[in-house]
Amino acid sequence: MKRHAFLLAWLALLPLIAHATQSDQVKASQAWIRWLPVNLPAGGYVILENHGASAVTLISAQSTSYASVMLHESSTDQAGNSGMHMLDRLTIPAHGKVALAPAGYHLMLQQVTHPLKPGDTIEVTLNFADGSHLQVPFLIRPANTDN
Amino acid sequence: MKLSRFAQLACLLIAGIMLAACQRHDQAAPWQLTDISGHMPDLSFRLTDDQGKNVTAADYRGKVTLLYFGYTHCPDVCPLTLAHLHVVMQRLGKLADGARILFVSVDPARDTPEALHAYATAFDSHVVGLTGAPADIEALTKRYRAAFSREPDKSGGSYDVSHSSGIYIFDANGHARLLATPEDAQDKLIHDLHLLISTGGAP
Repeated sequence: MKRHAFLLAWLALLPLIAHATQSDQVKASQAWIRWLPVNLPAGGYVILENHGASAVTLISAQSTSYASVMLHESSTDQAGNSGMHMLDRLTIPAHGKVALAPAGYHLMLQQVTHPLKPGDTIEVTLNFADGSHLQVPFLIRPANTDN
Repeated sequence: MKLSRFAQLACLLIAGIMLAACQRHDQAAPWQLTDISGHMPDLSFRLTDDQGKNVTAADYRGKVTLLYFGYTHCPDVCPLTLAHLHVVMQRLGKLADGARILFVSVDPARDTPEALHAYATAFDSHVVGLTGAPADIEALTKRYRAAFSREPDKSGGSYDVSHSSGIYIFDANGHARLLATPEDAQDKLIHDLHLLISTGGAP
């Protein structure tokens, strides 16, 4: 009897758990990668909107098209020196939005696994803190794309 | 009543004089970017271009030059700056022939002339990639007080280089004239380059 009640309670909770993944509440848009020649590391950009009532944390990304994908941030100090550093996580606040855009947050994609050219679209998987994933198509755009 | 009318006229007159003074002031300093005339030395270097040819600053006399330090393994800020400059060159139209973007590598260990050539041509036909002996590159960065440093190696032997993001602009005679940053609006660059190229560096 006790066992039965536990099972019922668990079943009642199941829909809540199923709807609580972080990837479900994120909408990705305008995803693109700046193509660079001779297999140079490339920057990936995307706008992430969190439609949920709780914060979402992006912890990593991967792609079958690149051997390595890292979460980076570019910054410029007061002396005008620009540099990059790796991020462990990127939080998108509840009902908020974070733009991965040139000269700020970006994905650093290294070592293409197959030849790519502007106009191609590749898949990048975004991994969130709760273990959920979001597959996002990224458009490869020319090196001199300015926007 | 008459007096107040006179006062109104006087105010208008004073305002007019002030406005004229402002306009005169604008004419004296026509630049929208930071004017560095007389504050930085003339362009001078001895490097290798992206065709593998030994070049010096004298090879670019007659062109307005935009000096920018970077490296090809920089995936974000360097390409953004070059993409901005590509749009500036496009919007300058035929005048762009009077300008060269000198992309000087601060990572000569990885940036061979071949790699720089592929990189430069991916952005704009006015971009010249320059590399060379580490001492010659350091001498050039020091000349313009542009710091750079190699960051600690990451896994897989890759590394980042932090570097000065300024764009130093020289007139056709190699004199330092203007300093732009990647954040400066393209309109400012177009305005000043238009003036610098069309006047041959006269103003």
